[in-house]
Amino acid sequence: MRARNRELVALVPAALLVTAGFAAVFIQRQAALTNVSLTYGAIFLGLCLATHIVLRFALPHADPYLFPLVALLASFGVVMIYRLDPALALKQAKFFVIGLILFVGTIFAFRDYRRLEQYRYTIAAVGLLILLLPRVPGIGAQTNGAYLGVKVPVLGAFQPAELSKVAIVVFLASYLRDTRQVLVLGARRILGVTIPPLKHFGPLLVIWGASMLALVLIKDLGSSIMFFGGFLAVLYVATNRVSFVLIGLVAFALGAYFIGGHIAHVTSRVDAWQHPFQPALYNRTGGSYQIAQSLFAQADGGLFGRGFGEAILNLPQGQSLLPAPQTDLIYAVITDELGLFGACAVLLVYLLIVERGLRIALLARDSFSTLLAVGLSAVFALQVFVIVGGVTKVIPLTGVTLPFISYGGSSVVANFILLALLLLVSDRARRPHAGSRAGAA
Amino acid sequence: MSKPILRLYVLVLVLFSTLVVATSWSTVFGASGLRDNPLNQRSLLQELQIRRGLILAADGRTVLARSVRGPGHTFERSYPTPAIFSHEVGYSNARLGQRVGLERSRNAALTGDTNELGSIFDQLSGKEREGQNVVTTLDPVAQKVAIDQLGNRKGSVVALDPRTGAVRVMASFPGFDPNNLPSGKEQAALGSPLLNRATQAHYPPGSTFKVVTAAAALDTRRFTPSSVLSGKSPITVSGVPLANDNNDQFGPIDLTTALTKSVNTVWAQVAVRLGRSTMAKYMQRFGFYKTPQLDYPKTQLAVSRVFSFRGRPLGPDSKQTDIGRVGIGQGGLGVTPLQMAMVASAVANGGRLMRPHLTDRIVDRDGRTVQRIGSHLQATVMSAGAARSLGKMMQQVVKDPEGTGTAAQIGGTAVAGKTGTAQVGTLGSNLTQPWFIAFAPADNPKVAIAVTVERSQGGFGGTVAAPIAKRVLEALLPRG
Repeated sequence: MRARNRELVALVPAALLVTAGFAAVFIQRQAALTNVSLTYGAIFLGLCLATHIVLRFALPHADPYLFPLVALLASFGVVMIYRLDPALALKQAKFFVIGLILFVGTIFAFRDYRRLEQYRYTIAAVGLLILLLPRVPGIGAQTNGAYLGVKVPVLGAFQPAELSKVAIVVFLASYLRDTRQVLVLGARRILGVTIPPLKHFGPLLVIWGASMLALVLIKDLGSSIMFFGGFLAVLYVATNRVSFVLIGLVAFALGAYFIGGHIAHVTSRVDAWQHPFQPALYNRTGGSYQIAQSLFAQADGGLFGRGFGEAILNLPQGQSLLPAPQTDLIYAVITDELGLFGACAVLLVYLLIVERGLRIALLARDSFSTLLAVGLSAVFALQVFVIVGGVTKVIPLTGVTLPFISYGGSSVVANFILLALLLLVSDRARRPHAGSRAGAA
Repeated sequence: MSKPILRLYVLVLVLFSTLVVATSWSTVFGASGLRDNPLNQRSLLQELQIRRGLILAADGRTVLARSVRGPGHTFERSYPTPAIFSHEVGYSNARLGQRVGLERSRNAALTGDTNELGSIFDQLSGKEREGQNVVTTLDPVAQKVAIDQLGNRKGSVVALDPRTGAVRVMASFPGFDPNNLPSGKEQAALGSPLLNRATQAHYPPGSTFKVVTAAAALDTRRFTPSSVLSGKSPITVSGVPLANDNNDQFGPIDLTTALTKSVNTVWAQVAVRLGRSTMAKYMQRFGFYKTPQLDYPKTQLAVSRVFSFRGRPLGPDSKQTDIGRVGIGQGGLGVTPLQMAMVASAVANGGRLMRPHLTDRIVDRDGRTVQRIGSHLQATVMSAGAARSLGKMMQQVVKDPEGTGTAAQIGGTAVAGKTGTAQVGTLGSNLTQPWFIAFAPADNPKVAIAVTVERSQGGFGGTVAAPIAKRVLEALLPRG
């Protein structure tokens, strides 16, 4: 079967899920299937089909499973949000429309995505600058102590860190394609440790600096881990030197320890992570209430979950029991309602996306493509790890979205751009008649 | 560059495995700890959202407990018959985290906590979890009569169906209002209203215990109803003199007469001759020395047994047991009214003691019977012949004009009974614990009963307890 036909068939599960999911919400609410509710499903399926047709013409050879997997997550996410708050689901659907427009736009604008290399410093600078936007007085917004959002007139709050991660990956892939050999060859061994040459390492130190800056300025440990982890992944694949990764990890750990240790917001997050059930921390504003409630919600789920729409989210008087159920803690709601099995199924879909992404990296015919695919897959995987790990108390809980499932425009838009880039790389890699092999190692 | 990519993929696998492990911990392995965490309000909220089933009287109509809508999607419990059925029904207060009585022992049915598979089907069909109704064996009319008859006297009435073990009446006064629980101060002023005197109080049984001694005497065939013993008073038991009431003197009398007139010295001799181990064996068959098998919370069921004079429970084979005095209901015996009703019930049912139960059946919302409790044999206490003989002796107690239980006579129905009047309080005080145990109709028993009143001012079993028993029996019999 041709790739695009496989994609079409693979979209069927997503279609079934979105239909069954909405039906389940309606039955649970004991409301009739109204026109409005049916249009939700229909519009969503129509969008998927339209995107598929665009891909059929624009990227005929691209990986056939990535888009269906993402559609599966997105449809699941929109049903989940609909269950939490129908009004938010409508907005989320609008974000999907915007996301898909930008997705298609990216595909057409960068059909030869290697043009991105020409603008790598611009892209890096923009990426770093928008990361700092939340600190600009007047447009910045603080949520739970972290500076993550920017107020945009039409769209509402926007989280630049989401876009920033894509920009920085593009820069890293491009920069390391040029310098990877120099980094390896110019390295000297000192006391058994391979030290890269400082001259070429400089720009990479900037990335380290940016991660630390993220920590100091936007006070967000999650974004910091995501950025730096993505950086290390690309660096490792580019140089095949574990020692570089180790040096990076040590530098990050030291930086996080000394800098993060002096930022109240970060230390309180770590305290809450270590002692979630300590009454003093539990009752403190911005304390461990969130992580404790997240764990309590999951404990309710058990193996099979309480059933869709059955999780307790509010107190009888209407106050919320589980904070941020549609964004940060959506994984806890999924676990509560669908149990360990449901949560693992969601994780499996993410793992498959990462697997497809890394497969694209393996198939790519030039270093830039490989590194770009590695970087995008790595930040995607890390984002899932940071938020799910936070919700399940593997690492301190930070405000990162669960890609394609959490409510949030910037997350949807940024991840659709990420997906577009992966598909662009994939289409080129899988094209039957090899194009130019320029840049191949 | 393919090797590092593969390694990177392995790392991603490891990270995601960590997430699966962490999720397993929070959902399965660490879940019970998380649910029990004092900060976790979820089980409470869940409980408030469940519409508990009804608790109904035996007629299937009289509602003893129901759920009404509270704020949000929650339910609150309402008890329409507060002072009458307070102890049997108990209360369920999710906010206090407290549950007693049938609300506790039948909590699983009342909350619809069925098996895992059933609840999955319910979830798939989108059905709200609903409690099942509990239909009790309690007779609302007789229960009301029992409470009224106790008047303002602290005490208890327990009536069983000897053929099935069904608890028809389980009255305890004072009661309480489960809709509005009394504070600690109020409880002290009212005299422990939360205590279910039918199952939790330890009272000396007085002469009603002679029925147990007589059962042992007849069933071992060491004695017959016409065995003759000396009724002189006082005699020495365990080195201490023991006298009849008013130090009445009797010549050689048979056991039937000795029971009718409740002669202490005769029954003390019988108990001593039977010996500790035989007495203990029969006591255990009647249910002494173990928690009653009633469908009621274990914490609200006291064990009837012998206590040392320091108040320490003694084992069935304890050398400290003064068996002569135990044989006439003294010697440190502490029994519950439920236990004495079981004694009467075993005699009434031809020596076969049926396991007592408060629940008749569990019915789902659609009226289908989910579970029927049915009757179960708890123990064969004595032979049918011994039970018949003992029943005849107990009939004399009520029938014989010189018997102590004449106040329990019911026109047209033969009643078999035994009175008891235990001395309580300090020596010389006039405080008594009057008792009456009985069953009726004597030839075809349908009800077995035990009645006791706390700290009566010189009242006797025959004058205080027997009239109460008569009224309750009358209420139960015509329809029984």
